[in-house]
Amino acid sequence: VVNGPAVDMKGGPAIKQLNLQPPVTQIAEQIYSIHNLMLVICLVIFVAVFGVMFYSILKHRKSVGHKPATFHESTAVEIAWTVVPFIIVIVMALPATKTVVAMKDTSNADITIKATGMQWKWGYDYLKGEGEGISFLSTLSTPRTQVGAPGVEPTEKRGDNYLIEVDNEVVVPVNKKIRVITTANDVIHGWTVPAFGVKQDAIPGFVRDTWFKAEKIGTYRGQCVELCGKEHAFMPIVVTVVSDADYKKWVDGKKREMAAKADDPSKVWTVDELKQRGEKVYTQHCVACHQATGKGVPGAFPALDASAMVTGPKAPQINILLNGKAPGMPAWKGVLSDTEIAAVITYTRNSWSNKAAENIVQPAEVLAARK
Amino acid sequence: MSSQHANAPYYFVPGPSKWPVLGGTTLLLTMIGASAWVNGLAWGSYLNFAGIILTLVVLYKWFGDAIAESEGGKYSARIDVSFRWSMSWFIFSEVMFFAAFFGALFYARAISMPWLADLDHKVLWPDFAATWGNVGPAGTVEAFRTMGPFPIPTINTALLLTSGVTLTISHHALREGHRAKTAFWLFATVLLGAVFMGFQVYEYMHAYSELNLKLTSGIYGSTFFMLTGFHGFHVTMGAIMLSVVLYRLMKGHFTAEHHFAFEGAAWYWHFVDVVWLGLYVVVYWL
Amino acid sequence: MSTTSADHAHDHSHDHAHDHPHGWQRWLFATNHKDIGSLYLWFAFTMLLAGGVMALGIRSELFQPGLQLMQPEFFNQLTTMHGLIMVFGAIMPAFVGFANWMVPLQIGASDMAFARMNNFSFWLMPPAALLLMGSFWVPGGATAAGWTLYAPLSTQMGPGMDMAIFAVHIMGASSIMGSINIITTILNMRAPGMTLMKMPMFCWTWLITAYLLIAVMPVLAGAITMTLTDRHFGTSFFNAAGGGDPVMYQHIFWFFGHPEVYIMILPAFGIVSQIVPAFSRKPLFGYASMVYATASIAILSFIVWAHHMFTTGMPVTAQLFFMYATMLISVPTGVKVFNWVATMWKGSMTFETPMLFAVGFIFVFTMGGFTGLILAVTPIDIQLQDTYYVVAHFHYVLVAGSLFALFAGFYYWGPKWTGFMYNETRGQIHFWGSLILFNITFFPMHFLGLAGMPRRYADYPAQFTDFNQIATIGAFGFGLMQVYFILAVVIPSIKGGKPAPAKPWDGAEGLEWTVPSPAPFHTFEEPPVFK
Ligand code: HEA
Ligand code: HEA
Ligand code: CUA
Ligand SMILES: [Cu+2]
Repeated sequence: VVNGPAVDMKGGPAIKQLNLQPPVTQIAEQIYSIHNLMLVICLVIFVAVFGVMFYSILKHRKSVGHKPATFHESTAVEIAWTVVPFIIVIVMALPATKTVVAMKDTSNADITIKATGMQWKWGYDYLKGEGEGISFLSTLSTPRTQVGAPGVEPTEKRGDNYLIEVDNEVVVPVNKKIRVITTANDVIHGWTVPAFGVKQDAIPGFVRDTWFKAEKIGTYRGQCVELCGKEHAFMPIVVTVVSDADYKKWVDGKKREMAAKADDPSKVWTVDELKQRGEKVYTQHCVACHQATGKGVPGAFPALDASAMVTGPKAPQINILLNGKAPGMPAWKGVLSDTEIAAVITYTRNSWSNKAAENIVQPAEVLAARK
Repeated sequence: MSSQHANAPYYFVPGPSKWPVLGGTTLLLTMIGASAWVNGLAWGSYLNFAGIILTLVVLYKWFGDAIAESEGGKYSARIDVSFRWSMSWFIFSEVMFFAAFFGALFYARAISMPWLADLDHKVLWPDFAATWGNVGPAGTVEAFRTMGPFPIPTINTALLLTSGVTLTISHHALREGHRAKTAFWLFATVLLGAVFMGFQVYEYMHAYSELNLKLTSGIYGSTFFMLTGFHGFHVTMGAIMLSVVLYRLMKGHFTAEHHFAFEGAAWYWHFVDVVWLGLYVVVYWL
Repeated sequence: MSTTSADHAHDHSHDHAHDHPHGWQRWLFATNHKDIGSLYLWFAFTMLLAGGVMALGIRSELFQPGLQLMQPEFFNQLTTMHGLIMVFGAIMPAFVGFANWMVPLQIGASDMAFARMNNFSFWLMPPAALLLMGSFWVPGGATAAGWTLYAPLSTQMGPGMDMAIFAVHIMGASSIMGSINIITTILNMRAPGMTLMKMPMFCWTWLITAYLLIAVMPVLAGAITMTLTDRHFGTSFFNAAGGGDPVMYQHIFWFFGHPEVYIMILPAFGIVSQIVPAFSRKPLFGYASMVYATASIAILSFIVWAHHMFTTGMPVTAQLFFMYATMLISVPTGVKVFNWVATMWKGSMTFETPMLFAVGFIFVFTMGGFTGLILAVTPIDIQLQDTYYVVAHFHYVLVAGSLFALFAGFYYWGPKWTGFMYNETRGQIHFWGSLILFNITFFPMHFLGLAGMPRRYADYPAQFTDFNQIATIGAFGFGLMQVYFILAVVIPSIKGGKPAPAKPWDGAEGLEWTVPSPAPFHTFEEPPVFK
């Protein structure tokens, strides 16, 4: 069996880890210590209560000849063990209150990043602060050949960061207050990085926010924590914390990359060019539901192979890609560019057994349909 | 208590009965039918309908048994008390059912609507304004107009309040042994209920055809139709209960002291009445 | 039928043929609280096995990282159905079974207040179970939205979701009728002299539980009805595009959901409160404060629901309120734990299997209570929400809590039901096996959760492998212990064994021990007088 690494994951879980992940923000630090405090108090109470119980079990048993007493109430004792726990609970709540208030204060952020949960990847938009305008998608980069499938052994050895590695990491500068606002396109997802002490549900149609200020350079890892359908376990979150200088470099690089990638929607493509591009889009975004065979999953996700929608007139297909279709098909207009949508439609119309009469869609047609 | 109970057992426990297990089976058919039906399978609607009919038949038979036991003098005063407790708590559970929908309305108006329109949400919905009766932030809901309190809901309020009075008159008459008077006022109550339902149907038609207000009209339409719809359903149930009581009254059932079925149905009717008052204020006025 | 049914009922009450119904009709047409109680118990145990097999499916897939046995979609179906079946099919009906058997016997009533409706409550359960289990075979399979059925994931599901919704509707109706029956029985049918404050604790806890049920089951029905209309009739309750809110579903669900978890633990408290005094040969310490504590837990349970939603992003005041209210519940629960320990203090204890399970319950449930308290602290919950720490927490309170109390109750009252003593050695093996294997299964999950392993995951980072393997091995062992229980303890004690005296436990008190074992078909037809 290819069971994978015997080393700890940097910025993620360690092997046989017993406690919370090592904190790299003040909030996470506080959580860590409140948890330790709670644990100790609870352990003390536990030992005290069960010390008494086990003492009684040993001494007050019939087999050692103990005769039963008859008392059955004591107002004083009963009041005591109501009031004392009450006070203990208050003592526990005090430090927690301070932390809650601090966690909720998302004001005066240096950088604001929007994280959008989608089935099954994260989209990031840098909304404010240095890097404003950067936007990208972040998908799991662990190949399926490491995961395997029922009846199919994984063919590749699992890496150290198995399941918590992505193609595009979120990059942020160290010691800066980062506000993350979360939302979702389809169902609820959960954005978390344990080392930061941050976890916030991403709710479709709503925005929520949270913040962190990482104090140590490094890469930190989390996973989607709200059940979001079949690939729930496969949409991790990776945040890389870098120095200010490195951050600047990253922003410049990213901006250049984005400019290079931006397609001119008025460019006219050939079928083969579009097919090639479309295949990439398909394997990145569509294959999870519609499958590599284009056969879909009966009852859950429709087949594209030999589908009337794909082989018929192109307008309805463009529309479905742009706007989605309940229950399962997401709207892609905010995720994919015109060129990508045109490419993937063209790909589906010329793949498997499909030989559509209208076999090509140009980006300009998608652009027109957006309006 | 009445002489009727002189030789009633201490607490009557009915013998084996096939109605419960049959009722479970017919409900299973109903629900299988419903599951198929909402997923667009034609046979589902037939099965669903058949299941409902069969369930009603089972209930008819079952209540027939209970009525016969009651009229046969098997129900002691203690059982009467049991019925009272059970009806009260049943109505309480119904209150909680409505509470879920009232809660949804409250939450949508007081919490999620302002939230959707606040500054942070401008990222998603730049043009959304928090006015009740909105078409939702995404613009996927067709424009519609909301339903005001005049004239139908106000008329309906008057009708239901009046029906509460007529029902009370009827009850007093029964307690004084005036059976004809009881029947008359009971009939008047059912009639008022029926007129109420008539108006309600008219209001729905008006909503659909003139206001373009539909079940699909965003959260306003959802809460409006679900609240008034479930209320209407309960009015219908209440009216059926009262009709059964009326029928039994004409068959000579009940005495001045012993008429829990009447009282239970009356409690239910008053509950439906109170829910309406809540609706009237919260749905139509606010 | 030629004659009208009304005439039949009339005749029957005079002839006594129905007193000893035979064959299948005895069970299908039952109006006897003991028979209906047995039906409930058999049903619940069957569901425990069904839900347990699903749990083993989950655990098997999680034995190693990677996908070996099933697609993630099916894994999610298993998780969802495991939760639904265990909660609605196993634990709740099992407690109703206990109520049916024991409440009339404990208060000196001839039967439940509404015998026919009682049978209806039961006969709604198998249809609901058929709908749930059947949904595995419809296109798209069973619902995979988690037992909490969160919108809008639930709107994406196939027809299996609708079947689950209707099943829950039916089970809700069953619970409401059952609760009305129990409330009425307790309020109206107590033997003369049995005042409320003399009533056995088990009846008290069930009375309060029944109130919780009729208050929250209708709310759940409302929530899933909205899901249904959102799915099929175009409403926008949980859809922001139409002005609704997915989080609204969570509020409504947890308004039900949190009281629901106490619905599953209060009757367990009741059972333990009967057993501990019996085997300590000493009256229950602080009877009155036990009653008040139970009531306080129930009342508080209505104002803590949003502790399941700390990560949805609530205003800071709401987070603080729900944190404080939740932490407060530890106080009355603590009172219960202390009272049990004080009952044992200076008693004259023996440790037959019922007492072992009761003590095991107190010990392990308290661990689950403490992890609950830790989760109640908002900042910690934000770290731990939706991780295996939560899974560990609720299995400590549900398996070592509710389920262990049910086992304790079986060993305690089983002789009254079957007329035979169970085999003590085997009972003890069942206890020790269950206790140890339970902890092997679920203790490591705390570590997994702290380290950050999310729940409802079909696959996980390889660093989590070791603890998952331990948990899986424990789960199979724990499952085998329950097979042992049914084959080596339950069935033999139905078939025969040492005949049980009317009162097999010398320290036990209560009216149930004044009737012979097995309890005759009809008991207390004329109410006894309770001193
Ligand atoms: C039988 C069921 C049961 C019971 C009894 C409890 C009891 C408690 N639960 Fe639990 N809980 C569940 C079943 C239960 N829970 C389930 C099923 C879930 C998950 C649902 C899902 O998401 O699927 C859950 C989830 C859950 C969460 C949400 C976790 C998350 O998803 O992020 C929280 C958070 O506050 C919580 C808290 C508590 C608390 C404070 C108690 C308290 O009642 C515990 C009180 C007891 C004690 C504290 C121990 C005894 C006390 C003393 C010895 C006194 C002295 C002690 C002190 C003063 C400290 N529970
Ligand atoms: C109410 C009570 C209850 C009970 C009794 C149990 C019992 C068990 N539970 Fe479960 N569980 C829940 C309630 C319960 N659970 C809930 C509410 C959830 C949340 C669901 C959700 O997230 O939506 C959950 C989730 C849950 C998960 C998390 C799944 C996930 O997040 O993906 C896991 C994982 O290990 C688990 C395991 C187990 C195990 C091993 C048992 C064992 O105790 C079971 C033991 C019983 C048996 C094993 C059956 C007997 C044996 C046989 C029939 C013969 C075959 C046996 C062998 C060959 C050995 N449960
Ligand atoms: Cu996205 Cu889970
Ligand atoms: Cu809770």
